Amino acid sequence: MTDAPALELVDLVMHFGAVRAVDGVSLRIERGRVLALVGESGSGKSTVGRCVVRLLSPTAGTVRLAGTDVTHLSRRRLRPHRKDVSIVFQDPASSLDPRLTVGDIVGEPLRLLDLVPSRKEREQRVGDALEQVGLRRQVAQRYPHEMSGGQRQRVSIARALVSSPRLLVADEPTSALDVSVQASVLNLLADLQRDLGFACLFITHDLAAVEYLADDVAVMYLGTLVEQGSRETVFSAPAHPYTQALLSAAPLADPREQRSRQRVLLTGDIPSPTDPPPGCRFHTRCPVAEDRCRTEVPALRPIPRGRVACHLVADDGTGPDVRAPGTLVTVDSAVENDVMAAPRAPEQP
Amino acid sequence: MTVPISKTAPKMALSVRDLSVTFRTTDGPVSAVDRVSFEVDAGEVLAVVGESGCGKSVTAMALAGLLPGSATVTGSVRLGERELVGASEQALRKVRGSEVAYVFQEPMTSLNPVFTVGRQIAEVLRVHRGMGKRQAQARAVELLGLVGIPEPARRLREYPHQFSGGMRQRVMIAMALACDPAVLVADEPTTALDVTVQAAVLDLLRDLGKRLGTAIVLITHDLGVVADIADRVLVMYAGRVVETAGTQELFDAPRHHYAIGLMGAVPTAARRSEEGRLREIPGLVPVLAEQPAACTFADRCPAADDKCRTAEPPLLPAARPGSAGTHRAACWHPADEEAR
Repeated sequence: MTDAPALELVDLVMHFGAVRAVDGVSLRIERGRVLALVGESGSGKSTVGRCVVRLLSPTAGTVRLAGTDVTHLSRRRLRPHRKDVSIVFQDPASSLDPRLTVGDIVGEPLRLLDLVPSRKEREQRVGDALEQVGLRRQVAQRYPHEMSGGQRQRVSIARALVSSPRLLVADEPTSALDVSVQASVLNLLADLQRDLGFACLFITHDLAAVEYLADDVAVMYLGTLVEQGSRETVFSAPAHPYTQALLSAAPLADPREQRSRQRVLLTGDIPSPTDPPPGCRFHTRCPVAEDRCRTEVPALRPIPRGRVACHLVADDGTGPDVRAPGTLVTVDSAVENDVMAAPRAPEQP
Repeated sequence: MTVPISKTAPKMALSVRDLSVTFRTTDGPVSAVDRVSFEVDAGEVLAVVGESGCGKSVTAMALAGLLPGSATVTGSVRLGERELVGASEQALRKVRGSEVAYVFQEPMTSLNPVFTVGRQIAEVLRVHRGMGKRQAQARAVELLGLVGIPEPARRLREYPHQFSGGMRQRVMIAMALACDPAVLVADEPTTALDVTVQAAVLDLLRDLGKRLGTAIVLITHDLGVVADIADRVLVMYAGRVVETAGTQELFDAPRHHYAIGLMGAVPTAARRSEEGRLREIPGLVPVLAEQPAACTFADRCPAADDKCRTAEPPLLPAARPGSAGTHRAACWHPADEEAR
């Protein structure tokens, strides 16, 4: 089982009563790869993350960690696999127990999973973990409230990595932080991932962070995957109209670039996940939707260098570009296109 | 529609001079804003950027006297001929909502959940413009249409929870624009929204500002938002303005080392491939009991020397030769272009 992917999801479904938060998501993360799961609020991306670490029990489908099906394992049977996967949450102020010292927080996985029974040895490992995330060993004596937001997020990362997991789920790890602190946490995650080689499910809405950190990108909309591919392909030749709109809506921190590019303004908001639209779930906001899109659910099917769920994209990856009406996106344009720069308005003949 | 066409020559809508704010706290005084000065013209978008604790939101609140009693505000905020600092509560209440309007980050906490949206918009008009019920309702329909809400006459009768986040923020903007204010203060107006919704709200703000000639003071931490809609930028750090310039000028050639750090911290694919790392700014924003006679960024600055720690750098012209000359930076050792 050594070649099994770090994470494999097959038709994952998570319903909360009438709310169909996740509705059939299949994806895999190979060992040592970083997959960014992007989408807007309500897309179900965080729910996927919580199913992966089994904070939630999926309604249907399969979660495999390094080849082992953990979907329905009992708490006791799950325990040996707990060390293989960890999670870092968005807001370290609410995910760290305020009554525990930093040392107890970071050492807790080692103690609970009986990985390091000896207290002395545990302290050693905790100190190492703290140094690994750029904190001093002495920080172990302190409490979370004595630290800044960026330092607390480093503590969360140390706790997540102390058991040497094969998979790290990072759920919006930088969204609650200031820009300059965000930068240091992203740098840290990139360094640790390179040095330790864990696979990472990076859940975020921040496309700039995705470009910086991810190898692969999967895009969610209303509980389903609409597109998946390598970072380069998804950013330079997004095939799905929603991916195109999402990329064009994220403002670039460069006024000249930002003001000259063609943007797609989606009409309306994300529909309610209690009553998702029939057919393609994006059709209510899609500028190029056809009759077929309103009735027939598009399957997620392979195109060169990725997968897409859209009726209008051909098998060779050619499809409409909603950012420049009337033009097509082809996979070949992926190579020469400037990464993340949306195409300019087409020149008038 | 009674939308006035934007005024021709830009005229100054708001002038702020040496605005300072100090809070009394149980741990002693905290200086939040220190001698901030700026002007905003009609139809212009001025972005105030900085990280948490830099004083940008306190500056915004201080403009129309929204700060609590624990704050001491000095300096001057002039709206046309009127001085707002030190004005009576009664005078300020007339100004708020009619001449200076606010849009805050989270629309759900700014709207009253037990009244219909229409009633809340109409209230502004009845209080400030003395309109009758019927007239105010008619104007509310018009305003909802103006901010791009479909079927405004029907939506008017709905409650805030029946609106999505983006639509609620549009309602807040409609309410803010109800009395055709000279100045709109938007404090992180799109931070709580999704990117596809954010893009539409930013377009709306830019478009309305230009059409109605409203001066917009946009408080944000997001440099993408700044790049998108700001005409000019004020960069704040630890309560002081450290750099100000036209948007393009600032992004092309930031001079203050904090501004440079802030811009270098934004992740892009180019940074991944070229430098491999994002720029970090070591250390933390200081919490200051009183403003020192020194550069407040000196402890975190790569270019700092003894002078920076003993003398406060004034906000001096820092434009490149041949440019408009509105670029100013408060730094003893401003970076040249190569140093970026």
